[in-house]
Amino acid sequence: MRSLGLYVPGDSFLHRAPAGAKLLVLLVFGVATVFLNQWPGVTVALVVVLGLYAWARIGWRMLFAQIRPLWALLLFVAVFHTWVSGPVRAYEVLGALIALVLAAALVTLTSPVSAMVDAVVAAARPLRRLGADPERIGLMLTLGIRCVPLMAVLVREVSEAQWARGAQRSVRAFAVPLIVRALRQADALGESLVARGVDD
Amino acid sequence: MTAQRSTSRDLALIAIFAGVMAALGLVPAIYLPLTPVPITAQSFGVMLTGAILGGRRAAASMTLFLGLVAIGLPLLAGGRGTIGVFAGPSVGFLLGWIVVAWLIGVLTARAGAPYRLPAGIGINLLGGVIVLYAFGIVGMLLRTQMTVPAAVLANAPYIPGDIVKAVLAAVIAKGVHTAYPGLLRVRRPARARA
Amino acid sequence: MKIDVVDVGHVYPGPSSRRVLDGVNVALTERRIGIIGANGSGKSTFLRLLNGLIVPSEGRVEVDGLDTAKKAREVRKKVGFCFTDPDSQIIMPTVAEDVGFGLRKSGLPKDEQRAKVMALLEHFGLAGHADHPAHLLSGGQKQLLAMASVLITEPTLLVMDEPTTLLDLRNAAMIGRVVAELEPAVVLATHHLYLLESFDRVLVFEGGHLVADDAPGPAIATYRRLMEAA
Repeated sequence: MRSLGLYVPGDSFLHRAPAGAKLLVLLVFGVATVFLNQWPGVTVALVVVLGLYAWARIGWRMLFAQIRPLWALLLFVAVFHTWVSGPVRAYEVLGALIALVLAAALVTLTSPVSAMVDAVVAAARPLRRLGADPERIGLMLTLGIRCVPLMAVLVREVSEAQWARGAQRSVRAFAVPLIVRALRQADALGESLVARGVDD
Repeated sequence: MTAQRSTSRDLALIAIFAGVMAALGLVPAIYLPLTPVPITAQSFGVMLTGAILGGRRAAASMTLFLGLVAIGLPLLAGGRGTIGVFAGPSVGFLLGWIVVAWLIGVLTARAGAPYRLPAGIGINLLGGVIVLYAFGIVGMLLRTQMTVPAAVLANAPYIPGDIVKAVLAAVIAKGVHTAYPGLLRVRRPARARA
Repeated sequence: MKIDVVDVGHVYPGPSSRRVLDGVNVALTERRIGIIGANGSGKSTFLRLLNGLIVPSEGRVEVDGLDTAKKAREVRKKVGFCFTDPDSQIIMPTVAEDVGFGLRKSGLPKDEQRAKVMALLEHFGLAGHADHPAHLLSGGQKQLLAMASVLITEPTLLVMDEPTTLLDLRNAAMIGRVVAELEPAVVLATHHLYLLESFDRVLVFEGGHLVADDAPGPAIATYRRLMEAA
């Protein structure tokens, strides 16, 4: 599982803390940011989150990678709020947003995928009375993780076949065979799930 | 064919289509003439999953996919992941995927086999454009405290691309249902079994 | 281990309703049984009858007296199944987790499960890969992993559907040697006929019918005649 995922290996306190506890703290923080709408509070939140990144020894580059996909939208929001209600308001809205995005990312950056799966399964346990099946949720997550490389291989094979036939510019000539092969793969996987006793 | 067998096959289909969504995240963005905004393949994947798996399985598949993103797999287009995206401004679109996949799935299943292109395009536009943008814009309003017109303006450049994707998803779904029949229930003739 | 196949025929449901097996009667008690036949001869369907993956549309199949149609779960506990493509059989992300999957409802403590898994991986020469992602193994290693994942639950019969078709000759021969030493009884379908030379009994399928049932030498000769005549 180490080859997948965004986990940044390390041995800081945050790395060693149980994934479930980190998720719980994140949840509390997420609720808190709803009430975090004054600039001093926002600044404290940002400083705390940046401090946590430093504590976990996660570098600036990794930190910026968490926000970079949002820059166009953040810019738009910044311009909008500055124009409508001034730069302080813009800072408050964006600061709270960025603090929460970074805090949430930090949980995944410091927790291996397998630990997150276990935390989700454990968190689902109290929901059993409501009809949830924690083991099945865990099974679905691991099956999903398994299907990512499986589909990546199919994509490569189908695009090679498309290349060989000289039709590499057609979306349809790519997607239809890809999905049909994915469906066949699902049939085979379903059969082996039965053979390995998943319907127990 | 017992009920248990179909359950295991359902699990496999749900997981495989989460994998399809991940694979679509690897497809390089397509640039259309006249628009500066790249089209990513994943909202296309949402419509396609609905049009192929039917409502319940498609919604489960999207939930699983987002769950994988949340636990840290970098599966969103451009290698994004982590729970952070659910705190971000596009959270409405992401959660909307589940509802849209379900809606498109239910409507497509109701239309039945053989898959018809005009109905498919209509269903995809309703789900993948109208409903999805409603979710996306509400999410953006909640996370960024903008006004409705501003949020609409921020999203407008993406709409033409999503219309193209809705049509494309229907064309592909028709091809898939032709090559792999049996996923949709055959429509009854109008006066059969009277 | 005793398998009784009584008056079995099978038609796949659906608009094209293909008949794939017709009037098959056979009782199997040997420890090593080979199945050969052309593509589409019905041998894959026959194998899937043995662990209840497919319930026959005519007749019945019993494993140690258990009807596969009524006692599918018990039958699957006794009968493990290996598919041609190990990729569709590997469920969990890492090698050790995939083998351990079969023990998840065994009630054993985690460390005992891990010990059993490691012992089996050691036996198959995969111990060094225990915590590696399963999808990064070579083809031959993946097929070994698929076998280990099935054998961890200690079935009394292992059914294998062309386990060497996707492998090169070296890996195919390696799988052949591993199969020869397995504890449970084996029913193996293959196009690699040399794998069956030391088997106790070989069945030949053609067009959905059981056309030969003999020692390996004569059965393989019959099969060659059939294929060359067509």
